[in-house]
Amino acid sequence: MGLLAFELAYWQQTVIKMLVVAVAVPGAAFVLGYVFLFKMLSFMQSRLGPMEAGPYGTLQLIADGVKFLQKEDILPDRADRFVFKAAPAVVLISTFLLFVVIPAGPNAIVEDLGVGIFFALAVSSLSVLGVLMAGWASANKFSLMGGLRATGQLIAYELPLVLAVVGVVIQAGTLSMQGIVNAQSGGEIFGWGGLGNPFLLTQFLGLVIFMIAVQAELTQVPFDMPVAESELVGGYHVEYTGFRFLFFFMGEFGTAFAFAAIAATLFLGGWALPDSWGVSGTAMHVLGPIILVAKVMILSFFVFWVRFTYPRFREDQLQQLAWKVLIPLSLVNIVATGILKVAF
Amino acid sequence: MTALTDSQKLAYVASQAADARVNVELETEGMTLNIGPQHPATHGTLRIIVRLDGELVAGADPVMGYMHRGYEKLTEVRSYPQITTLINRIDWLGSFANEVPFILAAEQLMEIEAPVRARWIRTILHEMSRIANVTLFLGDMGVQLGALTPVFFAFRDREHVLNQIEAVTGGRFHPNFDRIGGLKDDLPKGWIADTKQTMERVRTFCDEVEDLLMGNEIFEARTRGIGIIPPDVGLQFGLSGANIRASGIDWDLRRDNNIGLAYDELDWKVWTHPDGDSFARYWVRLQETREATKIIDQLCDGLPSGPVMAKVPRIIKVPAGEAHVCTENPLGEMAYYLVSQGDLVPFRVKIKSASFNNLSITPWLLKGVYVPDVITILASLYFILGDLDR
Repeated sequence: MGLLAFELAYWQQTVIKMLVVAVAVPGAAFVLGYVFLFKMLSFMQSRLGPMEAGPYGTLQLIADGVKFLQKEDILPDRADRFVFKAAPAVVLISTFLLFVVIPAGPNAIVEDLGVGIFFALAVSSLSVLGVLMAGWASANKFSLMGGLRATGQLIAYELPLVLAVVGVVIQAGTLSMQGIVNAQSGGEIFGWGGLGNPFLLTQFLGLVIFMIAVQAELTQVPFDMPVAESELVGGYHVEYTGFRFLFFFMGEFGTAFAFAAIAATLFLGGWALPDSWGVSGTAMHVLGPIILVAKVMILSFFVFWVRFTYPRFREDQLQQLAWKVLIPLSLVNIVATGILKVAF
Repeated sequence: MTALTDSQKLAYVASQAADARVNVELETEGMTLNIGPQHPATHGTLRIIVRLDGELVAGADPVMGYMHRGYEKLTEVRSYPQITTLINRIDWLGSFANEVPFILAAEQLMEIEAPVRARWIRTILHEMSRIANVTLFLGDMGVQLGALTPVFFAFRDREHVLNQIEAVTGGRFHPNFDRIGGLKDDLPKGWIADTKQTMERVRTFCDEVEDLLMGNEIFEARTRGIGIIPPDVGLQFGLSGANIRASGIDWDLRRDNNIGLAYDELDWKVWTHPDGDSFARYWVRLQETREATKIIDQLCDGLPSGPVMAKVPRIIKVPAGEAHVCTENPLGEMAYYLVSQGDLVPFRVKIKSASFNNLSITPWLLKGVYVPDVITILASLYFILGDLDR
């Protein structure tokens, strides 16, 4: 919170941070939902998408949100009531926690943990718990299958996700998100610092594996077996209505934004501009978030592009891809990075 | 290695026994899953009771009849011109094709022959309904496999085909245009040129869908080798249409048993595929759509002039007798067995629609596949609920 010229008390800082995250998650879900789910999807499918609510349909999601709030909150008769109600919250909490360690400027980070990226990957797996809870507690066979598929899939893709990050961590020499950003902006490519050293160049394999694993973590096509509308009719959230469904929706798109932001931080240099450009630290307070969001949008574009184009894998094919292709590849990547790190 | 002591042996035996107990307790139980009657993959109200062992299908029973509308009985209390309105609704995606075999059967009994021009226009509309029907399949297969976009392309380009059908018949979905002895009307002005453009569009759509969906690795991984129907099994279950041609059986009623339509006079090809899997069924339908556009082009080029209606009595009474006419409809063989006793209404109409036979293979086909493959196989067999239950 260094944007402000005066010092704030600890509780004041905490309140502001809470508000920022509380706004950031729905805001991120809103932006991605509108830009990609509504507009890009529509244009790809040769239609216009929402056009009536607000200029160019921008307020459609608000209308939809209000609609969700008005819906009856249905609780299935045989559902495990407490678990059923808690599940969407668990998913959403995991999304909120992800936003804690994403840096958007020199000081614009809720908490620059020393184990930043480790923390992010750890809390992101919390959502598996929520999904499994939702699947089990719904007392619905389709939900149960969806929940089990989701668990199997998320556990399988957790590994390549973590392993893809290890290469970056080796290169940056730190787990802290700000540290990784600084390592990139201050880096040099064979003595030339004109672009810094975004890990995109050296860790391209890592980026590809990371993005594929993210796609699976988000249960998006081609890895959307757990929700699979055409067979499981929505999978684990088939019994959810109203604002509980909205929680899942916000969790999904908020997490998409968070993962895109993490990928942007790890591989594209995050909020920072290369040090050699000489942009002052004060300017970066304003520019940082803009740069980060721009990078997030670029990465999200790829995520949603794939989502709207590909058919989905079958469960066994999906596991094969994780265990037989992605994990060996990321291990090779780690070994190569380690050797080169020592060599240079 | 030293010999095991007695206590070690005892511990080993005890642990084995404990393992066995646990294994008995952990024995899993099958699950029965109701796919349908309301389920997106069934395009309507089909119910499939699937017995599952994990994700593996141990057995599947289709339950048909949720949409049974009693058409065979209803035809017995309707005069011949009224019946076409009814049977339009059997396969609602390619409505005109439903009318053709019935009208042909009635014409056979009345010993009327439609003028040449009427026969050619019938053939055009018959092929158009095939395109209107199968383009939707080409896109819908994507939805069933999780690709959202192709179906929108399908709807977009199918719209132009429907517009052409509407321009002739006045109805987009239910033309009710075929008459005993010919057609209700001639083609409108400028229709031929528009149709040729539309066919160009459909061909572009076929190319698009081939690039976007069929060329996709995941699509191939999901469809190749899934739901293989060997030719002899397919014949035993009475499959017809693209489903049997995808199993390598070169059988097409348009060529082999052409009654009253203009297919004999055209240059076209019957497509078959040796594999018999879901991919083959998709591939055959794609090629058939392309072939249909070529057939329509030829028909438009060579359309003879003349009247579109033969001399038919004002009040249609079909002489006593029996007629059986089958045609190659979008979904497969469609046959009407018409029994008349010389009345205003038929005595009995037996409707054989392709979907019923095509779906009857599912208990055999769905054994031992995974749940996602159930959807792939159902989608690739391609049935219309109205055609299934009548």
